[in-house]
Amino acid sequence: MPNALQRIRQGVVRGVQQNWTPAHTVVAIVLIAIAVGLLPFVKMGLVVNGVFLGGIIALGAIGLTLIYGILNFANIAHGDYMTMGAYLTLFLMGNVLAGVGIEGKGLGPFTFGYPLLIALPIAVAAVAAGAIALDALVYRRLRNRGVNVVTLAMTSLGVAIAMRGLVHLLWGGDIQRYPRESRQVYHLLEGNQSLAVRIAPDAIFIGIAAVVLVAAVYYILNRTRMGKAMRATADNADLALASGIDTRRVVWWTWGIGAALAATAGILLAVFQANLTPIMGWKFLLPLFAALILGSIGNPYGALVGAFIIGVTSEVATQWINPSYKPAVAFAIMIGVLLVRPRGIFGGGGRD
Amino acid sequence: MDIIGILNYLAGFVIMAGIYAVFALGLNVHWGFTGLFNIGIAGFFALGAYTAALLTASPPDPTLFEDFRFGGNWAAIGYLDWGIDLWFLLGLAAAAAVCAGVALVIGFVTLRLRDDYLAIATLGIAETVRLFFLNEKWAANGSKGLYRIPGFLEELVAPEYYDYLYLVVVAVALLILFVAVERAIKSPWGRALRAIREDETAAAASGKNVFMFKLQAFLLGAVIMGIGGALFAHHIRFVSPQTFDPLLATFVIWAMLMVGGSGNNRGAILGAFVVWGIWTGTQFLPEFLDPPAFRLFMIGALIVAVMLLRPGGILGEERRVMRAPRR
Repeated sequence: MPNALQRIRQGVVRGVQQNWTPAHTVVAIVLIAIAVGLLPFVKMGLVVNGVFLGGIIALGAIGLTLIYGILNFANIAHGDYMTMGAYLTLFLMGNVLAGVGIEGKGLGPFTFGYPLLIALPIAVAAVAAGAIALDALVYRRLRNRGVNVVTLAMTSLGVAIAMRGLVHLLWGGDIQRYPRESRQVYHLLEGNQSLAVRIAPDAIFIGIAAVVLVAAVYYILNRTRMGKAMRATADNADLALASGIDTRRVVWWTWGIGAALAATAGILLAVFQANLTPIMGWKFLLPLFAALILGSIGNPYGALVGAFIIGVTSEVATQWINPSYKPAVAFAIMIGVLLVRPRGIFGGGGRD
Repeated sequence: MDIIGILNYLAGFVIMAGIYAVFALGLNVHWGFTGLFNIGIAGFFALGAYTAALLTASPPDPTLFEDFRFGGNWAAIGYLDWGIDLWFLLGLAAAAAVCAGVALVIGFVTLRLRDDYLAIATLGIAETVRLFFLNEKWAANGSKGLYRIPGFLEELVAPEYYDYLYLVVVAVALLILFVAVERAIKSPWGRALRAIREDETAAAASGKNVFMFKLQAFLLGAVIMGIGGALFAHHIRFVSPQTFDPLLATFVIWAMLMVGGSGNNRGAILGAFVVWGIWTGTQFLPEFLDPPAFRLFMIGALIVAVMLLRPGGILGEERRVMRAPRR
């Protein structure tokens, strides 16, 4: 009965689109993840790792998909905004805060100290401001010239390379770390090989931060005038302009939110993997785009779901293949989705 | 440095710039004429170089490499009948064929979709190729790479003069590719490509099969890049996954095409020489500027600056006006 199946699917999709909140998503993701982890051939520990990784991917991918939807181009520099956020935090903690005597590590159960909590919002705000300035300096001029979207993406490639070079110049190419103190990880269900889970306290911080930020984005998009304007611009920029929406401010907000999320993702990634390298953001680009395409371009909820699928799949895949192939797994999922549903899982049928 | 030293240095410079010019030509077919956004040149670069290297390098020494089982023996087998130099040409052809095969798969999946999907797909291919050669030690000796890759017509000249011979080889290859691409672009086929770049819908409306044209252009560009990779392998005589860092194998080629003039084959070649000149010039920078990082920054800034200030590059696209039909 294809008809009934189709109707059910449509109903689910419509219900998701109309009444879905981040709370639903988080509950759904946790439930699905537990279900996957309970499968006898899947290690629960890897699933849990994948969920936390998915939270970081989600922050990057939501920003990327907003920029994609509203400005209509693939921001190749998004990964380097992440790198920039991570390194600015390093700079603030190591050079500025330490200079005025604010130092510390090992706050409560976490490896990092409270200076990170002070440096994080400053670095995030700085990256957001930088992204808006970059738009005024570079992208707006190109838009005014009426160049096509691939040219914009091409320019963002230049921005990405230049930003990575700048990070390299300012902080060197070596691996760096935030000030950290080793901490005990939590062990759950240690007896069972398939279900044993190790959770670092840092990961819990990352999870909470991701949930709070996703909720904030949801609030902005659905409950504020600016969010409404952003969604209208994403739908049809000309119509939005004609109905009196200040699209320039919409563009600023889009860059601001997107870059702020990216910077946060970069900082959380630096905490998660316990190191910083100038290439960390560039390497993250593939999972970001895979999540975005999986969840359909311009759809923040799609990006959220896509991020968790990518995060969990690429972690669980390490059970069978060499862990260094993780980016290739994300890529393979993306190619598979493009073959079957070119517009992503939330994008309706047909080809784009 | 005496005059011989300077000449040798210049020969090395021109060989590298010439090889990069081959890549810039390939990218010009992708981006300059068809508007295909390929940011994974490194993938085709590596595939071409590794294919040529695996076909011609000396067989691996089993006492040194336990894992490495593949490759090498091909040249030894062929040596009996045809001599190693034919294997150079076979290597070029095989490099081109492998790149064409990969481009066919990627193009088939992504070229029907949004233009910028291709960028992500090529990025993914480049990363996957790099991870493959890094991890699969049996295929290409992992991170240690392949070495003792032979030159072409090596026995003809003394080793210290070999660069001059190879200079001629690269120049001939570049010339053949240049003429081929020029002819292709001036043909009705090339006209269709540019029509697609400018307005896909209009091209489709006038009966052009947009997907097929894009796929063919993607294949042609990938083939050229594969040949470039093979030429590179025989010059450096060593390939490893680290050789194909995105900076050296992708970004710098983009900068070359943008600076020289996207959509202009002469511009692509000129850009390769100019940017490679700037690139090698940075090695004379004072230490505190940290040359590798400075290069990275410079290449990125160069691309953005060209896009903002002179979108056409140095030469810009030639206007190709159809001649008035003769009576």
